[in-house]
Amino acid sequence: MSSSGKSPWLLHYNASSCNGCDIEILAALTPLYDVERFGIINTGNPAHADIFVVTGSVNEQNKEVLKNLYDQIPEPKVVVAVGICASSGGVFRDCYNVSGGVDTIIPVDVYVPGCSVRPEALIEGVVKAIGVLEQKRAVLDSRGSL
Amino acid sequence: MNLILAITGAVLFLILAPLLGGLIAGVDRVLTARMQSRRGPPVLQPFYDISKLWHKERAFANPVEMIFTTGYLVLIAFSGALLFSGGDLLLVVFTLALAHTFLILAAYAANAPYSTVGAERELIGVMVAEPILILLAAGFFMITGSFFVSDILKETVPAIIYLPGVFLALFAVLTLKLRKSPFDIATSHHAHQELVKGVTASLSGRTLAKVEIAHWYETILILALMFLFFAGNPVLGIIVVVICYFLEILMDNLFPRVTWKMTVKSLWIATILLGVINIAVIGVVGGVIG
Repeated sequence: MSSSGKSPWLLHYNASSCNGCDIEILAALTPLYDVERFGIINTGNPAHADIFVVTGSVNEQNKEVLKNLYDQIPEPKVVVAVGICASSGGVFRDCYNVSGGVDTIIPVDVYVPGCSVRPEALIEGVVKAIGVLEQKRAVLDSRGSL
Repeated sequence: MNLILAITGAVLFLILAPLLGGLIAGVDRVLTARMQSRRGPPVLQPFYDISKLWHKERAFANPVEMIFTTGYLVLIAFSGALLFSGGDLLLVVFTLALAHTFLILAAYAANAPYSTVGAERELIGVMVAEPILILLAAGFFMITGSFFVSDILKETVPAIIYLPGVFLALFAVLTLKLRKSPFDIATSHHAHQELVKGVTASLSGRTLAKVEIAHWYETILILALMFLFFAGNPVLGIIVVVICYFLEILMDNLFPRVTWKMTVKSLWIATILLGVINIAVIGVVGGVIG
């Protein structure tokens, strides 16, 4: 595994989640799961992030915010949709103000279903995202665009 | 001969300081994790981070950041090289202040809210740390009659005997210099920043990597300044520096919510009570020592 895979920094954004998945994300940072073992840091800053973790379905109010955050993350970047709402819109998908899952606004690389997700599933999803991140970096490197 | 020694010192610092600084940062993160009952990242994690950042897309809020962060890195490295070549302590302190000015300019250049607040608080940090560093230079001059590190190192009696107050004041400012506190500016790797890292909020990729490497240089520089107090006794010096760094990590984990206002108050009190009184006493009894 090359260096980008050893140091994935996360940006977590709550689109319109009920906070269930968000609490599980925070649980993954606690001593029990300790994701810093993998060099993962929760940055809270798009400029520093590699992996964009989004929870909740996207609604008309925040789709611009989501797009904006995505655009601010420098390449290579990977998006992980956490929870069933982020993956497909979940039970809210037919609501008048809901656009649907995260993939209706930005490209999603890894889907982690669950309501709410279990920290183990979440960590597995992020580890899968690290693999995608590696591939993207290799492609960008071969094009000489980094 | 002296020139060769000076150049060797500077070159060794320029090459080894980032390696040692990065390693210290790694050990720091592991120790912090253990204190929080976590396993923590690998010891080499800071190097993986830098390597990752180096291979990110070059995105700027303002392209001038590139010049300012390079200036910050070069000046910090220059300041440390001066110290390790036995140069003038005053010049070391002033170059360090200039380096931080570049970092502050980089943060202002982004023209973003978090960066701007971060830059303002970094300015306050410089305001708090500089008096102690200048007192340190003055203190060494009063007991050795020279600002040159090469002369200070020749002293057989460790300066700590005359300058315990200044040393403690420097220890107090270490928490700020290592970017552990205050938490509403700290750019450390802890998950407890308030300003999404303030000064570096808008920096990404290589510019962020440069700031990180500059920080490693600065860590070694500040630890070397602490070591100067034990110039006559290097073994004791290294032991004290290691203990001080460990205490710093412990304090950071015990008091993770120190705000900038508290930092200003406590460090100014420490500077005045410990540093200024120490220098005043040396000044009064100066005849005895000289």
